[in-house]
Amino acid sequence: MKAFTYERAKDAGAAARAVAGRPGAKFIAGGTNLLDLMKIEVETPTHLVDVQDLGFDTIVKTADGGLRIGALVTNTNLAADARVRRDYGVLTRAIVAGASGQLRNKASTAGNLLQRTRCPYFYDTNMACNKRRPGSGCAAIGGYSRQLGVIGVSTSCIATFPGDMAVAMRVLDAVVETVDATGARRAIPIADFHRLWGDRPDLDTVLKPGELITAVTLPRPIGGKHFYEKVRDRASYAYALVSVAAVIQPDGTGRVAFGGVAPRPWRVEAADALLPQGAAAVTARAFRGATPTEDNGFKLPLATRALASVIAQAKA
Amino acid sequence: MTAVSEVELSRRGLLAGSAATAIVVAAPASDAAPLPQAPAPTSLPVSFEVNGKRRELSLDPRTTLLDALREHLQLTGTKKGCDHGQCGACTVMVDGVRINSCLTLAVMHQGDKITTIEGLGTPDKLHPMQAAFIKHDGYQCGYCTPGQICSAVAVLDEIKRGVPSHVQDDLTAKPRATNVEMRERMSGNICRCGAYSNIADAMADVAGENA
Repeated sequence: MKAFTYERAKDAGAAARAVAGRPGAKFIAGGTNLLDLMKIEVETPTHLVDVQDLGFDTIVKTADGGLRIGALVTNTNLAADARVRRDYGVLTRAIVAGASGQLRNKASTAGNLLQRTRCPYFYDTNMACNKRRPGSGCAAIGGYSRQLGVIGVSTSCIATFPGDMAVAMRVLDAVVETVDATGARRAIPIADFHRLWGDRPDLDTVLKPGELITAVTLPRPIGGKHFYEKVRDRASYAYALVSVAAVIQPDGTGRVAFGGVAPRPWRVEAADALLPQGAAAVTARAFRGATPTEDNGFKLPLATRALASVIAQAKA
Repeated sequence: MTAVSEVELSRRGLLAGSAATAIVVAAPASDAAPLPQAPAPTSLPVSFEVNGKRRELSLDPRTTLLDALREHLQLTGTKKGCDHGQCGACTVMVDGVRINSCLTLAVMHQGDKITTIEGLGTPDKLHPMQAAFIKHDGYQCGYCTPGQICSAVAVLDEIKRGVPSHVQDDLTAKPRATNVEMRERMSGNICRCGAYSNIADAMADVAGENA
C-alpha cells in the first residue's frame, strides 16, 4: 500500500474542501472496497479524509412520505430498517443478496454506490485497463469476459457496475444528494449517477472531485410486490451474473432493472411498459443494441429467464 | 558468503533493469493522470479498547486493524487469511458487530470497543460457542476457527436482533436460527477443511434450536 496522510473531518464542508483542495485525496467511509484496492495499488490516494463523524447515519421520513437515507447508514442497518422492509422490500432483498455479513456491517450507503468494478483486468495491474490507466487499452476485450458487460459498454471498456443495492434504488427512482467544497448542493437522480464508459471509463460517476454524497432519498412507497432475483455462481457471497430488481403491481404493470450487465443499473422505462406482455418482450426492449461477447452472450437469455421467474412469483 | 554476495549483486542488477523497463513502459500513462508524490509515512496516535483493556498505539496510517491486533498487540488469535475480506479469518467484533479486521484502518477506530477471540473465552473458561465447536468437531486445521467463532457468536446476535437475511421468505417476520439461515449468514467465513456442517451444528446447539 502506498503511503498516505489521514485526517478525520468534523463536518461535511470541511471534508469536501479537504478533498477538493488536494489532488490525490479521497474520502473514506466503510473502506471495504477502497482499502482492498489500495492494497494492490489500483487505488493510490495520497490523503484520506475519514467521514465517519459527519453524522449521516440516520434514516428519516421526508416531507413527501419517502425516506432520506444518510450516506453513512450501513448496508446492514438499511436492510434491517422496519420501514424499508415493509415499503421498499426490493431494497432490503438486494442488499442482503450482496457481499457477506461482515462486509454489510461496514459498507456504507454512499460507498456502495461508489464501489468500483470487479473486472479481473481492472484488478490485475499487469494488464492493460483504460479504467485503471487511461489510454493503456482494454485486456478484457478479447479476453475472459464471462462476468462482464453486455450493454452500455464501449470500445474502451466492457466492465460492469457490480453492486446490488443500486439496482434496487434504480427501480425505486432514488435520488443521490451531494454537497461540494463551495457548499453547493445537488440532487442527482440515480438514473444519471453512474456514467456509461464511452471513452472515459476512468470516470465511474458524475461526481466532481471533492463532491460528497450526504444522503440517498427514496420517493414515497409505490406498493406492489418486491423482488430481487440474483443469479450467481454460488448460492451466497458472489457477484451477480445477472440480477433482476422488480416491483410488480397486482395488474401486472411495474418496473424492472437489471444488474451485472452494464456500467450502471440497467433500466429502460419503455421496457417497463411491456411487463404485462411477459419477460421476453421486456428484455427484447431493455437489451436492444446489446453487444455481448462470445463468453457472456448467455446473460441475455438468463435475464429473460430470471425476469420470467419473477413474473411467475408475482402471479402466484 | 561469496556466492551469496554474487546472488545479491545480480538480483540488484535485475531489479535496476526491471525498474528502468517499468519507467519506459509507464511513460505514456504519465500524461494521462499525473498524481502527486506519495507522502512519507508518519505515525498517528490511536487508542481503543481491546477485550476490555484500553490500548494506546502509534501507527503508520496504513496499518489495518488486523495488523494492529496481531503485530502490535500480539493478539495472534485473529488470523490473516486472504487479507482482502474474502475469507473471514480476520473477523472480530467492533462495538458489538462483526467486521473483517483486514479491511479497516486501525486509526479509524479511535475510542471503539473491539472484541477478539481472546476476549470471548479462555482455555479455562470457554465461551459457549468455543465449547460447542469442540463438542461438534467444528474444525480440522483450526486456522479459520477464531474467525468462524467470532462470526458465529455475532450471527446468533444478529438473528436475535432481527437482522434480515437473503434466505428469509417474509422480510417482516423475525428470523429463526435454522440451518439454512446459519449457512447463509456464515457465507463470509471460508473453511478449506470443510467443517461447515459441524459448525452449523455447533451454532444450533448454542442457539438452542433444532437445525
